[in-house]
Amino acid sequence: MNKLHLSKASRVNFATYAMVIAAYAVLQFMGGAGILSATMRGQLVPICAYVAMALSLNLTVGVLGELSLGHAGFMSVGAFAGAVAAAALPIPSAPLRLAAAMAAGALFAALAGALVGVPVLRLNGDYLAIVTLAFGQIIKSIVENLYIGMDSRGLHTSFLENRLTLREGGLMILNGPMGINGINKISTFTAGFLLVMLILVVIFHLVGSRTGRAIMALRDNRIAAESVGIPVTKYKLMAFVIAAAMAGAAGTLFALGQNTITASKFDFNTSILILVFVVLGGQGRMWGSIIAAALLTILPEALREFADYRMLVYAVVLILVMLATNNPTLQGFFTSLFRKNKRKEAAGK
Amino acid sequence: MLVFLNHLINGVSLGSVYAIIALGYTMVYGIAKMLNFAHGDVIMVGAYVCFFAVSSYNLPPLVGVALAAAVCTALGILIERLAYKPLRQASSLAVLITAIGVSYLLQNGAQILWSSNIKMFPAFFSSQPIALFGGELKITIAAIVTVLACVVIMAALVWFTGRTKMGKAMRACSEDKAAAQLMGINVNATISMTFAIGSALAAIAGVLFCSAYPILTPTTGAMPGIKAFTAAVFGGIGSIPGALLGGVLLGMIEIFASAYISTQLSNAIVFAVLIVVLLVRPTGLLGKQVREKV
Amino acid sequence: MKKFLALLLALTLTLGLAACGGDDGGKDVPGQSGGPALRIGGVGPLTGGAAIYGNAAKGGAEIAAEEINALGGLQIELRYEDDAHDAEKSVNAYNTLKDWGMQVFLGSVTSAPGAATAAESNGDHIFYLTPSASSTAVIGGVVNPLTGSVDTPRRDNVFQMCFVDPDQGAYSAQYISDNGLGSKIAVIYKNDDVYSTGIFNSFSAKAGELGLDIVSVTTFTTDSQTDFSVQIADAKNSGADLVYLPTYYEANALILTQANAAGYSPKYFGVDGMDGILSVKGFDAALAEGVMLLTPFNADAEDERTKSFVSKYQEKYGDVPNQFAADAYDCVYAIYEALKDEEGVTEASASDLCDKLTAKFTGGSFTFTGLTGENMTWDATGAVSKYPRGMYIENGAYVGMD
Repeated sequence: MNKLHLSKASRVNFATYAMVIAAYAVLQFMGGAGILSATMRGQLVPICAYVAMALSLNLTVGVLGELSLGHAGFMSVGAFAGAVAAAALPIPSAPLRLAAAMAAGALFAALAGALVGVPVLRLNGDYLAIVTLAFGQIIKSIVENLYIGMDSRGLHTSFLENRLTLREGGLMILNGPMGINGINKISTFTAGFLLVMLILVVIFHLVGSRTGRAIMALRDNRIAAESVGIPVTKYKLMAFVIAAAMAGAAGTLFALGQNTITASKFDFNTSILILVFVVLGGQGRMWGSIIAAALLTILPEALREFADYRMLVYAVVLILVMLATNNPTLQGFFTSLFRKNKRKEAAGK
Repeated sequence: MLVFLNHLINGVSLGSVYAIIALGYTMVYGIAKMLNFAHGDVIMVGAYVCFFAVSSYNLPPLVGVALAAAVCTALGILIERLAYKPLRQASSLAVLITAIGVSYLLQNGAQILWSSNIKMFPAFFSSQPIALFGGELKITIAAIVTVLACVVIMAALVWFTGRTKMGKAMRACSEDKAAAQLMGINVNATISMTFAIGSALAAIAGVLFCSAYPILTPTTGAMPGIKAFTAAVFGGIGSIPGALLGGVLLGMIEIFASAYISTQLSNAIVFAVLIVVLLVRPTGLLGKQVREKV
Repeated sequence: MKKFLALLLALTLTLGLAACGGDDGGKDVPGQSGGPALRIGGVGPLTGGAAIYGNAAKGGAEIAAEEINALGGLQIELRYEDDAHDAEKSVNAYNTLKDWGMQVFLGSVTSAPGAATAAESNGDHIFYLTPSASSTAVIGGVVNPLTGSVDTPRRDNVFQMCFVDPDQGAYSAQYISDNGLGSKIAVIYKNDDVYSTGIFNSFSAKAGELGLDIVSVTTFTTDSQTDFSVQIADAKNSGADLVYLPTYYEANALILTQANAAGYSPKYFGVDGMDGILSVKGFDAALAEGVMLLTPFNADAEDERTKSFVSKYQEKYGDVPNQFAADAYDCVYAIYEALKDEEGVTEASASDLCDKLTAKFTGGSFTFTGLTGENMTWDATGAVSKYPRGMYIENGAYVGMD
């Protein structure tokens, strides 16, 4: 028996928490000491948002086992709902306003998730993937045609055309395709860190619980799971909605860390980018998603030295990493490296 | 009525462009079981090759098309060999991500090679449309050629996969790779062949796409690629007639939605129709209903 | 655990690259440039769908910097960073430039990222002169013509070399009305584009005031920028004799081609985004015959300065420069002229330079003549005092409308 009486899963979970806390502490210290570049400082909040997005998508792809190509759509709902809430809510304290905005973002995204989840449940595989892609596109079109303004009478909305007339001192918050401008940047690295930790706690608890085992049973063999009486619809929808809510909170965090957000930011390419984080980090492996999301967000900035060849190098690195992580020879090599450890583990048990 | 007919014609001609791209998508998906997101970018490469052959070297258009097909075939085989073949045993998601990497690579490579400036694709066909009903109804020659090419290619593919030895081998691989191998089929060669055909089709699609919508930039292939993917799923991915049907329907819905509902929301409407169709027929219009084995 | 080392490999690689990147910027604290040159930075889409605009601006600015450096006076070190037309990446690019020690900022090339970098530079107090980010959200302080609200407060460090979007829209409507160019007007604009929507909004507001008859308004988006048959049919069937196109030439080239194929030949009126259509490789100039547009720059102009700029640009990049290139060229020169007689410019902090330049630009006595206008001045609103020049295309060349 292991001396700590912990299962392998719990040890991985604790290592993941420790990794996130350590990264936060180191970066916070570096920031305090003034040795972080402006580029890096500017990326801290987006990195947290992307990490949260990757974790949330990993719940859908890795744990529930369904491919989603429209996850940025939920991020979009969260981003716009959260940013409008932050602009409209009369809460003087910035952290409280951020928390309220995130809650609003998560709520709206969860509603969207439920809306998408119902049809999604009927489909499998690539057909499901295309429905999520379609929802992502629809959400983008809707936000692009939505106008929200605020004046002393409260919030006003208009669809397709801006028909709002605002009173003196009024303000357009969401301006259709121009998105939201001049956002008060209240997202902080600490808030991002707390969101990531919260999402990790939720995911680890879910995966370790009875519900999580039911969801994973669905992933591994739906028919077998169904035959032992697991309600497919309920659990799929549950996982989907939770993932959407997390994406919504991540979207709010992201939006409130930017000056300007537009609907086109959360397009198919962003969905794909987040999927890349998940696949590269490993399906179902949360620490992998965290590392992959952080690295791939930094990578294009780190490649600026290559000037014109930057995105070309990025593409090559992406392909090579995919090839390397899936190469049987390399995998065999790493396995043999770890065999010693494994043997120890086995002996320990 | 004439207005409606005009929209119908435009819808069919837009749809046949989507269809021709979707044919390549669905071929590769049917056999290799992978979503080749780089397909749209191979189209762009084909169009560039043809563009330079015709406008810089003054070659006749047909030679340009043949050259584009040859270059894209070689490119397709190369991509398959270097990027997809090593991942044959890996999860389908890993291949998907690699395909996205290849797509970025092609787009950015094209930008470095050919600059981001737009090129106007040369008109291969007379720009004078055929006028019916005293000029009230116009059909461009490019549209007619695209529709014809689409039908011919579909028929050829149906014949090829149904009647030839190679085609049968492809279908066998698509059903069950291991069993096909046991029957003495060279699975790797078959998959390479599929990529070669898919890429040659992409080149032709690229030329036809740019003949109809003559703007050429390194990102030209991206959006048609996604639309064609949607069309392929719409018709039932893996099904060759399905790709044609899906493409044409998608084009028609897009045109009718923008004509009669809203140009602003046409994209949203296209995707909403797609969702509704998939809810009614979960494997697309002509997709095989696979019974799950227990 | 199998993949762990492979990931670790990737990590090392990335961090290694990041470290390389850091070395260069780490030494230079912003505003304490050690070199004898003035560090000017710019951000624009150098890759992706909008790359034509960013690369053009970069090219124009580079030519200006080379010319100025050859004069031997104030030396300029220019650096452009890619934002792929994305607000988030533009802030990253801006921060990279700040790490490099940028003293004066050429802003963003496109509007949505431009609003983001404008807000950032305002917080950092770095002077911002954009060649082409024309949205009101960039300079701020402009009244929204639809709602009457001021949605973004004025950013006092931000100035534009291009016309601000509403000016173009209102000016077009005025011009069409004054010259009786069309009795029934159709508009096709790009609904998901800040620039196009901004111009359309002010155009429709002004057209309403002037009593212009807009009979058809249709839109398209980046995702549907291929087939324009519906938009063209709508304009045709509603009997429009003038089509207003507040869009970029990429889409306009397609619209003109497809309208021609549909047998529709109205008058066209474009804005500065139309400029460049004649230099598209392979474009049939006959299609653009009679097209009217507002542009600050004419690559066919006969003056020495334009001719020299166009030939240098062609030699270096192989293409005819468009207005983005010309505006960026002017931006670099405007900054140079404002600073050339000052002392200690290369050692000054970005914040001091911002004060100096802002005072100069808004002081009333500074005028600038460049490729895109003569005797341009700026005031505290940040907008430039140049007026769109009406041109029309005749035999494949621009001719002044007046």
